[in-house]
Formats: sequence, structure tokens, C-alpha cells
Amino acid sequence: MIKTVDLYKSFGDLEVLKGINEHVDEGEVVSIIGPSGGGKSTFLRCLNLLEKPDSGQIFFEGVDITANKVDIDLHRQKMGMVFQHFNVFPHLTVLQNVTLAPTLVKKLSKAEAEERAMELLNRVGLAGKANEKSASLSGGQKQRLAIVRALAMEPDVMLFDEPTSALDPEMVGEVLDVIKELVKSGMTSVIVTHEMGFAREISDRVVFFDGGVVAEEGTPDEIFAHPQNPRTKDFLSKVLY
Amino acid sequence: MFSFEHIIVLLRDYWDVFLLEGLRYTLILSAIAVLFGAVFGSLIAFGRLSNSRILRFICSAYTEVVRDTPLLVQIYLFVLIVPKAIGTIVSLSTFQAVAMAFAFNSAAYVSEIVRSGIQAVDAGQTEAARSLGMSARQTMLHVVMPQAVKNILPALGNEFVSVIKETSMASTFFVGDLMTSYLKVKGTTYWALEALLIVAAIYFILGFGLSKLISVFERRMNRK
Repeated sequence: MIKTVDLYKSFGDLEVLKGINEHVDEGEVVSIIGPSGGGKSTFLRCLNLLEKPDSGQIFFEGVDITANKVDIDLHRQKMGMVFQHFNVFPHLTVLQNVTLAPTLVKKLSKAEAEERAMELLNRVGLAGKANEKSASLSGGQKQRLAIVRALAMEPDVMLFDEPTSALDPEMVGEVLDVIKELVKSGMTSVIVTHEMGFAREISDRVVFFDGGVVAEEGTPDEIFAHPQNPRTKDFLSKVLY
Repeated sequence: MFSFEHIIVLLRDYWDVFLLEGLRYTLILSAIAVLFGAVFGSLIAFGRLSNSRILRFICSAYTEVVRDTPLLVQIYLFVLIVPKAIGTIVSLSTFQAVAMAFAFNSAAYVSEIVRSGIQAVDAGQTEAARSLGMSARQTMLHVVMPQAVKNILPALGNEFVSVIKETSMASTFFVGDLMTSYLKVKGTTYWALEALLIVAAIYFILGFGLSKLISVFERRMNRK
């Protein structure tokens, strides 16, 4: 579903991605782990072109979205993204957060969008907050709202950029539960995370990023129980999970 | 010498010069400057934030030139140049030329207010909106601007207060503003200090009242 070919990206003198060749198949759940500054988030942000790669190609559902004259807005509708800092729209109510893009982009009627939004909000336990300003939500609630907001566009793939890193510890569980359920329902997902136990439990494949390259990848068992690369071993030995 | 009685007499005999003429023209001048400045200034702000390099350059050059030359010099330039330059098309009064000077001046300051108001909105908001497939235009209209307005409106109010005070420079050309009314009253009564104190008090009431009004408005907006 997603394929990257020889992806390079630098910020000034700092080379963040050094030739990434990766793929994500339909229905697959891929976790990206690794030390900070290893290029995980940059890679994920390249997938929907929030970050423009310096060179290389990204194919999404067969289309090279890095080519000129590609309408990226069209493809982004099919790629939901969840951010570390939630980025819910504070000036809108919970319900409006969810209905904004479907009504503007997909031209759904207000009634139709709201009906769908309420269904989704219900699934993550936020239906009761529908008419509250989103700024008044807790961190965990904001992140659940952000997930629902992305799902309302009915994406083919979900990109999670450290979805629990900015949360208070007691709120991590509720967000991970929502992601777990989503993944179980068959949603293709790419998840950048520091939650190793979570990555091990839900992933089909784990990719270890270090120094701007994919240092190792494999099944959760291969990576967590039998890592081959010394850098993977070193990283995992330092991380508690 | 200063006498309190003179103030009473001036208020009784010349209140119309101070209020009906001076205050009126000061308010008209300020309103023209801020209204035109808000529209033109917003356009400049969007120019500075646009993708076009040329547009960005022109708009920031404009802002810099206006901000880094004295307002009084700008007023002189407008009064000397503009009526002559377009005199064959429309004839412009000195008052109109001065009003234009204030408007173009205010536009530069407003553009800074609008630009920084927009840039103060967290970049994550734009990223979230774009990641949902919203266009740059939709993102600006539905996500960024509604949040930027909260930063912009109070600053715009403060700009209005500054402009009101700056319009006193228009009296250089005797256009009828509050400061001009001081010159007039002083010219007929020779009670300079008393007249000046009255004018100062009117400016103060105007500025202080508006500032208070803005902060009430600001608090109410933040509560929402």
C-alpha cells in the first residue's frame, strides 16, 4: 500500500534519512522504534509529505506522490495522521473537530457528517462530550478525539507519530486501547512509538531506525526476543518495558 | 499665567471647537487610518506569508520603509506629492492627503499585527488540518484565522489608540483635528497652557476609555 524508494532527507547539515526503502502492506501493522533523532518521525511525516524528502520516491496505492503535479490533498484524505501533541482544534467543539474535514473536503452534509462523527465518538467514549469545547478535554481525551477526527475521513492507512509520548502516564492506557481496537479491526497502521510492550503486542512487523537508516526489522519476536544487530540489542537493553 | 478660571471659560466658550471640530476630525482621521489600514494591512500580511518570493519582498520592503521613517516625514511627503501627482484626476484636499498618509502608515503596523497573529498559531494546527486533506486555503480560513483573530483583535484595538494619539501630528497642516483646535483657541485667547490641558484631557479620556474597553473585550473573548 505504501512503498518508499531511497528516501533521503536533511535538515541543514543534519542528514536525518539516508536512503530508506520500506513498504507497508494492506492490513499490516508496522511499528517503528529506535532512539530519538534516529529519523522515525521524519520518516513517518514524509509518508504524507508533511516533510518533503530531498530525494527518493513514495508510492501510495500505486501513485508516486512525490511526483510534480500530484494533488497531495487528495492522497492525504486517505492517510489519517495522529500527532504527539494531539493538535485538536481548540476553537471548535469536540463534534466540530470531527465534522470539519468531512464537510469541507468530502462535501458531506452537516447531518450526515454529524451522524458519522457521533458514531465514532461513541466508540471512544467521547459522545457525552460532543458539544464541549475541545480545549477543555484531558490529554487522553484529546488524543482519542484526534484519532476519531482522522478516522472520520475513512482513511486507508493510519499514521501514528508517538501518540502517547505527551500523555500523563495514567492516560496512556486509554489511548493505546483505542489504537489496539482499531488495529484489530484490520486498519493498516504505521506507529512510531516508545511503548515497547505495545509494539510487541500489536505489530506484524517492527522496524528499528537508527542513525537515519533501518538498522534491523522483523517480527516482534525476532526484534524483541532475538535481536541480531548490536545496535538493536543495545537500544532494547536500555529501554524498560 | 495659568488660571483655573480660564479653563472654565474655555470649556464654556470653545467647547464646540474642541469637541464638534477637534474631536470629530481626530476620530474621523483615526477611523479612516485604522479601517483602511486593517484592510490594506491584512493584504500585506498575506503577501508576506505567501509563497511568492517577489510578493514577500515587496510587502516586507513596504513595511520596513514605513516603520523606519518618521511619520511626520511621511505626512509631509503625502501632502507635498500626492495632491500634485493625481491632481489632474481628482483634486485632493490637504485633509485627504493627510488621511492617506495615516492610512498607509497604519497599514504597515497592522500588517505586522496580522502576520504575527497568524504565525503565533501553533504549526501543529496547520499540519493536522493539511493531514486531513484540507487545502491550504481551507486550513487558513477554518483553522488558522479563527484562532489568529484572538491574537489580532486586541492588538488592533491598541493600534487604534496609538493612531488617535499620532493624529495630533496632522495639526502641522492645520486640518482641524484636536491639536489644531488647540492652536486655534490659543491663537484667539493666548491661554496656551489651559487650552493644551483641555486637549490633553480629551486625548487621555479617549485613549484610556478605549484601552479599558479593549481589555474588557479581550477578557470576554478569552473566557469563551
